Amino acid sequence: MKYSYPDQEGHFGQFGGVYMAETLIPAVEELRDQYLRFRDDPEFKAEFEYELKHYVGRPSPIYHAKRLSDELGGAQIYLKREDLNHTGAHKINNAIGQALLAKRMGKKRVIAETGAGMHGVATATVAARFGMECIVYMGAEDIQRQAPNVFRMKLLGATVVPVESGSRTLKDACNEAIRDWVTNVESTFYIFGTAAGPHPYPMMVRDFQCVIGDEAKVQMPEMIGRQPDAVIACVGGGSNAIGLFHPYIDVPEVQIIGVEAGGHGIASGQHAAPLTANSKVGVLHGNKVYLIQDENGQIIETHSISAGLDYPGVGPEHCLLKDIGRAQYVAINDDEALAAFDALCRFEGIIPALESSHALAHAMKIAPGMAKDKVLLVNLSGRGDKDMNTVANIKGITL
Amino acid sequence: MSRIDTTFENLKQQNRKALIPFITAGDPAQALTVPLMHGLVKAGADVLELGVPFSDPMADGPTIQRASERALKNGMSLRGVLDLVAEFRKQDTTTPVVLMGYGNPIEAMGWEAFAKRCAEVGVDGALTVDFPPEESHEAFEHLQAHGIAPIFLLAPTTKEARIEQVAKLARGYVYYVSLKGVTGAGNLDLSAIEEKLPQLRKHIKLPIGVGFGIRDAATAKAVAKLCDGVVVGSRIVQEIENSTEQNVVANVGRLVQELRVAIDN
Ligand SMILES: Cc1ncc(COP(=O)(O)O)c(C=O)c1O
Repeated sequence: MKYSYPDQEGHFGQFGGVYMAETLIPAVEELRDQYLRFRDDPEFKAEFEYELKHYVGRPSPIYHAKRLSDELGGAQIYLKREDLNHTGAHKINNAIGQALLAKRMGKKRVIAETGAGMHGVATATVAARFGMECIVYMGAEDIQRQAPNVFRMKLLGATVVPVESGSRTLKDACNEAIRDWVTNVESTFYIFGTAAGPHPYPMMVRDFQCVIGDEAKVQMPEMIGRQPDAVIACVGGGSNAIGLFHPYIDVPEVQIIGVEAGGHGIASGQHAAPLTANSKVGVLHGNKVYLIQDENGQIIETHSISAGLDYPGVGPEHCLLKDIGRAQYVAINDDEALAAFDALCRFEGIIPALESSHALAHAMKIAPGMAKDKVLLVNLSGRGDKDMNTVANIKGITL
Repeated sequence: MSRIDTTFENLKQQNRKALIPFITAGDPAQALTVPLMHGLVKAGADVLELGVPFSDPMADGPTIQRASERALKNGMSLRGVLDLVAEFRKQDTTTPVVLMGYGNPIEAMGWEAFAKRCAEVGVDGALTVDFPPEESHEAFEHLQAHGIAPIFLLAPTTKEARIEQVAKLARGYVYYVSLKGVTGAGNLDLSAIEEKLPQLRKHIKLPIGVGFGIRDAATAKAVAKLCDGVVVGSRIVQEIENSTEQNVVANVGRLVQELRVAIDN
């Protein structure tokens, strides 16, 4: 059977769907109808491709991290350089796509949630580019750990609203953005930052991010004459990962590995790895997914050194890929991610985002046990400039 | 006839409108929830909406968010809420109780176990804010099997085709959300409600309760004229927040009495 998800109601097997308050249902349905109308529209596609090429700077290159690979003495590590995109992460691919849709729907006000701030920056950027009002919700704790991005958003003309409720991180920023949307439903387009949420977001965000995997599928044969043995990406909500993975789902010889945030370790309970930790199925933020929760169905506070992975859920398509066994999900702890961060700085002159460092860390973990002619393609989803404060703090340095 | 149907039938015969207060179970203390429920009934409440606290109350404004946080801190859980209803029923076997909250705590318990326990303890209806009809097939099956009414929200943005669909599935009463926004917002528009109701009535034969944004006796009175029941949530929760454990039952009772008088006159 050919892999083809979601179904018309937005279900990926038992996952996904539209779990929203009644006031927002018509908005979500309108979004779905408009997206389905424009996704294959030649003019829409041409404009999206134009923006990706001339504004974002695509295609992003693939780079052979040779010194690092030699040091590890096993499989060759290649990096898909999403960090070189305008604004420094993969998030802009999706933000542009949704902004183009917002423009066609006549919405002049956009809102977004952000964790690490990369999606907030991407949204603020496209809002400036297309002349829209922009409000970004960000957990108060994340505002502290990602201060440079807060300033960037403000420079770009966005209003950054600190969220003080709950765990004061990404999930609470989502809650607050949904509250804004329900209040301003007619004027506002919610530019959601990851491949989760109510249908059509998981599908739409995936489609916009698939440019990553589509490019890689062409670039790898050009570079090495074949596809990689495995594709590896970090998974927060799962947008950079599904963007790389999806085009490879029907290439069975390519292994697919998603890397979640292990925080202080799965056993500690302080992590953000619902798939690896075998969390139960639940409903949050509009979709049914594997969800970190207690036995009473209350969402538990998560922990990760990287704000962008610090989320209790994960997109519905990753839940399905786990269940059908097409992708494998593992967790990388804070300290392993930090070691990978350092290694890429020192061996390759590339400062990765802490989120991306998780994917890299897993590649570094398995490469030594593999033959030298094996190839691992890691999605370097973003650059680490935003993480200077966090890393300096850990190293005991005040900037 | 169910407790909800009987209640609305009696009110109709008396030409009166239902007063439906909302409180969050476990706020300000688990031990005060049942006394508060009895106090609400004594003050004139016809149906009780009992909030099940959730860690991520996306449809709620700051007031009910804080109530949820307090209740969770007090150790309130869905099973605990159901136990409180059992306790309430020892003294009150007639006032309908509707649980209101988000779907995940029920998902975690399992819909079948939930519906069964609802029937055991005397819960009459369940309203899950984030479970629209499209995603509620399994939920319905179990609620129906145990005679628990699924209560639905309709909104100013709801289109006619959906009203029709909800009309088929709903039992008990239908809850019309009187504004675009979260609970506790203050921008209720009476003329918009008046305009929307005929469209709702065309398809919905059940009583229609209106809530969200009703903060004082005058508004409650005006809204009651238009529909069959008035739901008051954040204003009551705010009263709870501003009271001490000693005077909370009395304070809330006084407020609900005022609302009762306004609605009846
Ligand atoms: C650089 C980077 N990578 C990854 C993520 C995680 O998001 P997702 O799983 O949607 O790719 C983020 C989120 O903020 C990010 O900034």
